[in-house]
Amino acid sequence: MQIKDGNFSTRASEALADASLQKSVSNLKRGFVAARARAVAALPEYEAMREAGAAIKDHTLDNLDFYLERYEREVVRQGGHVHWAADADEACRIVRQICTRAGAKSVVKGKSMVSEEIGLNEALEADGLEVVESDAGEYIVQLAKEAPSHIVMPTVHKTTDDIADLFYKHHRAHGFDERETDPAELIGQVRSILRDKYFAADIGITGANFLVAETGSNIIVTNEGNGDLTSTLARVHIVTAGIEKVVPTLNDAAVLLRLLARSALGMEITSYTTLSTGPRRPGDADGPDEYHVVLIDNGRTKMLAGTFRPMLRCIRCGACMNHCPVYMSVGGHAYGWVYPGPMGAVLTPMIAGHEKASELPHACTLNGRCQQVCPVKIPLPDLLRRLRHDQWEAGFIKSKVRWGIGLWAWLATHPALYRVSTRIGVAVLRLFGKSSGRLTRLPFAGGWTAGRDMPAPQGTTFHAAWAKRNPQR
Amino acid sequence: MTQIDVTTSRTDRPRIGLFVTCLVDLFRPSIGFAAVKLLEDAGCFVEVPAQQVCCGQPAYNSGDAASARNIAKQVIEAFSGYDYVVGPSGSCVATIRKEYPVMFKDDAHWNERACDLAERSHELMSFLTDVRGVALESVTFRAAATYHDSCSGLRSLGIKDQPRQLLSAVDGLTLTEMQDAETCCGFGGTFCVKYPDISVKMVSDKIGNIEMTGADTLLGGDLGCLLNIAGRLRRLGKSVRVFHAAEVLAGMADQAGIGDPEKG
Repeated sequence: MQIKDGNFSTRASEALADASLQKSVSNLKRGFVAARARAVAALPEYEAMREAGAAIKDHTLDNLDFYLERYEREVVRQGGHVHWAADADEACRIVRQICTRAGAKSVVKGKSMVSEEIGLNEALEADGLEVVESDAGEYIVQLAKEAPSHIVMPTVHKTTDDIADLFYKHHRAHGFDERETDPAELIGQVRSILRDKYFAADIGITGANFLVAETGSNIIVTNEGNGDLTSTLARVHIVTAGIEKVVPTLNDAAVLLRLLARSALGMEITSYTTLSTGPRRPGDADGPDEYHVVLIDNGRTKMLAGTFRPMLRCIRCGACMNHCPVYMSVGGHAYGWVYPGPMGAVLTPMIAGHEKASELPHACTLNGRCQQVCPVKIPLPDLLRRLRHDQWEAGFIKSKVRWGIGLWAWLATHPALYRVSTRIGVAVLRLFGKSSGRLTRLPFAGGWTAGRDMPAPQGTTFHAAWAKRNPQR
Repeated sequence: MTQIDVTTSRTDRPRIGLFVTCLVDLFRPSIGFAAVKLLEDAGCFVEVPAQQVCCGQPAYNSGDAASARNIAKQVIEAFSGYDYVVGPSGSCVATIRKEYPVMFKDDAHWNERACDLAERSHELMSFLTDVRGVALESVTFRAAATYHDSCSGLRSLGIKDQPRQLLSAVDGLTLTEMQDAETCCGFGGTFCVKYPDISVKMVSDKIGNIEMTGADTLLGGDLGCLLNIAGRLRRLGKSVRVFHAAEVLAGMADQAGIGDPEKG
């Protein structure tokens, strides 16, 4: 997926003015935050589980080469194929080659954020393949020619009415002549249309929530069962996965699965937890003839090597964005790429480069709620601050800001001069704000006074008043 | 600066360096004087080192780590030798306690000094309850209030019960908790001027939650958040009064609230 042109601020302002979007995100806020809180409260060992989850991920990342090679050996032993892709282009090329060799015409896809990251749908469609998303949410955004706005709930920006209109427009071709607004009816239409697609598909592509090194399995979690049909009915099953998805054992995966369902949806476990291990064996009731895994780096080893390694713990639950007041104000599309919210504000500059996402690390109040709810304890605010430091050093910060901060910092390290200038400044502000207690307009602070008054200072600085009161101290 | 015997002074009358914070210095000195009164009432000897300006957080969070380190060194120097450093802000104290040691992780000398300062530094409310544990002089403040938890104090320092515990002893004051009390108010330091639209949306949500409690007064422990919320309240023409909790506890909330016209 291409990073959107334009800047975050502009898209954010548009999102704030979009009444329909505001309605849909406010529903999300009430629903999932409360559901997660209930699920966590019901589990006394939750904090210990977070510790364990983070430790499993850290251990795996510290020994990533070992576990990836072990995983590869096991996949091959089970009759599957492992492909290594350094970047998005190589990953797409590998998938396209598998499709070409299989003589494929149609592809059904399960939900996979990494496939969005590498722009897989566009690449396959350019080869003339029909690509159908089978996750209901992904199906809807594909139909609307939009990008997902949330990593777990792709259509969180859409209301039921939006979806009713969309289906009424596109599903008449499938014989659905009425405009339905009942969610069950709408989902029923998707199921009915997808049913034929599953059976007709040559290729099934899924992502992976976890890759298990000890067994060579990939695990996906869904609530619709679409992942099972996608991975078992087509002749060829292709798994696209970031290299950080590997975990040592099934037991390790079990800990992370418990964290994932609770953090993502407030569920104890998702409706379906599907393990795929190699192609169909003699005697198997179903399964693909070929099983391929495309392991994708795309900037991950760069993160592994430095201070951003903790970001690779991420299990894509979406809790950070569900609890982010900025995400909840502007929705996911404002972030401009595949990954929104706090995790996206770290990942996008790391994967796509600072020049394409320089604003994202700054669009955060560093309030720390994301870190508090992260099931694998990623220090997201620290990482965002670190990105700001890297940007400063690399010259990505606007000169206006550099000069402003530089001047202020110089003054702050010259207390005597600072005292004189602030005493004057405060007295002037007091003069203008005395009668009302507030200032409605201020030079150089239009950002503040656009929507707020500035409470007037009390008139003298503390240090001046203290010196007057305590000449001896 | 004269070194004093730490063992005796701590048990007897600890010597406190007050970290005023830049916002209190400029906008609301009365919070600083309230802090002095509360600390003196709690049996402390309070000094205000002159070589302090700011904790450096605006530079640090804007990406300018070098300037932040220079400011931090100044703070470390200014507050060496005090038994405790106390500030009326969770945000500034969190920077000193949590970030200073990280800032100097590659510099053994300054790291040691930063860690020493971090250990001695406390936010005012938590110092009064967790460190001093003394009962405050009884005060009266008639208000139906709600309390805004500031994010840094809440999540970096675990400040939640301490101000409520202290405020529960104030005559005439009732506290009602608001919905989403732990959600950011949209201040976020320079965030509020870099992303005014989002910031105003967040503070408007906060004000909606404040109003739902029916409170006539908002209390908090961080002036940054309080300026933001009071500024939006005034713009909307709302009458909710805003005070720092220290002002109430010190019996100094009979003056004009934040953003209100001077009395008399």
